Amino acid sequence: MIEYHSVYKRYRGGADALRNISTRIDSGEMVFVTGHSGAGKSTLLRLTTLLERYTRGHILIGGHNLSRLPARKIPYFRRNFGVVFQDHRLLRDRTVFDNVALPLVVAGYAHSEIRRRVRAALDKVDLLSKERQFPVALSGGEQQRVGIARAVVHKPPILLADEPTGNLDPQLSREILGLFAQFNQVGVTVMIATHDLGLVREFGHRVLELSNGELINGQGAPC
Amino acid sequence: MLRHPAGPRGGVRFDLSWPRHGLLRAWLVRHLQSFFFSLGLMARSPVSTLMTAAVLGIALSLPAALYLALDNLAQLTGRWDSGNRISVFLAGEQSDEDARRLARRLREWREIDAVSVTTRDEALAEFRSMSGFADVLEAFEDQNPLPAVLTVEPAARFADPATMETLAASLQGLPEVDTARFDLQWLKRFEAIVEVFRRAVYLLAALLGLGVVLIIGNTIRLGIESRREEIEIARLFGATNAFIRRPFLYGGLLFGLGGGVLALAILAAGHFLLSPAAARLVALYGASFRLLGPGPEVALGLLISGAGLGLAGAWLAVGRHLQATVPG
Repeated sequence: MIEYHSVYKRYRGGADALRNISTRIDSGEMVFVTGHSGAGKSTLLRLTTLLERYTRGHILIGGHNLSRLPARKIPYFRRNFGVVFQDHRLLRDRTVFDNVALPLVVAGYAHSEIRRRVRAALDKVDLLSKERQFPVALSGGEQQRVGIARAVVHKPPILLADEPTGNLDPQLSREILGLFAQFNQVGVTVMIATHDLGLVREFGHRVLELSNGELINGQGAPC
Repeated sequence: MLRHPAGPRGGVRFDLSWPRHGLLRAWLVRHLQSFFFSLGLMARSPVSTLMTAAVLGIALSLPAALYLALDNLAQLTGRWDSGNRISVFLAGEQSDEDARRLARRLREWREIDAVSVTTRDEALAEFRSMSGFADVLEAFEDQNPLPAVLTVEPAARFADPATMETLAASLQGLPEVDTARFDLQWLKRFEAIVEVFRRAVYLLAALLGLGVVLIIGNTIRLGIESRREEIEIARLFGATNAFIRRPFLYGGLLFGLGGGVLALAILAAGHFLLSPAAARLVALYGASFRLLGPGPEVALGLLISGAGLGLAGAWLAVGRHLQATVPG
């Protein structure tokens, strides 16, 4: 599903943020990306959704070479991803329902369809009863679950999460990762950046370990 | 149990295409959504919305008011009684009867509105009444040296200097006519003054139009700034530039339209307040004149230019933002 071929990222005037990353993530696989802070986990995710362009190498996703993806196709490309952030990045002036609906509104879904899908996604994360509330009224764990509902509401084939459990206690973190595992079981490719090694071991999926911008463990078979 | 759309072979498909079905309907829905969204944002802060619209209204009303003043001035040119008459002096041997015959013929011309005849005797009487000329006429003893004169008033739409010059030339060419003349100099000066004024109005309109674009652009830029987070998230989930642009464009359009409506109200109020005074002034000169207010043409022009300038301002502001946030 996702293939990295000798990918480099260098910021202007800086050192390499990523060096010679080569690995592949199969369709329906769930992987963790670990490493100390500043190792390049976030950068790898940002390159994968084309929030930033990589400097050298190639990334192939679903058979599409991202280097050759024209700018006008990037929005449609991004609709294949669900993204979860450490600080969940919910819109404070919108209700839970409106926050979750965003990816569907962006993609131009009909009103009735949006209602149906948002309800289903909120039900999945056990927050259907809070759809009319604003994010500030929710606890940290609930806010993160709203973020997850938003990431899966449009049923993307790939789910990316950047430190999704960063602000949560171990119990809540386990629940959140459990949700990701469930989505993975129905065929979603999941990629989670985290430094919570204890939890990672508990779940027992493949681990890509980054250090100083290089992949030092978990490359898998070369591609 | 979570349901997920399974591709044909059970995997989850990665797809770069976009829905092609129900395009028109989806397009309409999106536009309505953006329109009401923008309207809602404005309604939520009515004071600042009104203040912005008022600034735009004033900016738009100035050139429109000057344009109206020009229109009224042009109306005056047509009504000015002495300026646009052609005096046709007939050849000496033409009798009064010849003059009347010629007058009847000339009244058929479509360029000519009215022709009045001054007979030779009338001309003599008039001449005599002017002090100092009586003695001159004594020299001619009982002979009348003055020719009959036709006073030709051209139809209103042929009253501009160029057409009048042509008309005077063709009158001059008639065998019965000795000279045809009119006060060209005066008309030309007046036209020149109006032309300077007109250009000043165009210049002012261009400057104030630019001002409107900048005001709206700045308003929209602030709107973008306050919704930066939302735009970023929307883009992350695959919003196209058009999707992001749309509500702001509607915002600019609505601001421009609002400014146009206010400008129209300002003009109508100005017309209402000035009309009686203008009527009194013109009455003192014994002319009939009605101050023209903003007609449907001006109204339509204001609304269209307001909307257009609003759209342009919003487009500039969003364009700059989109340009600044492409992935690097």
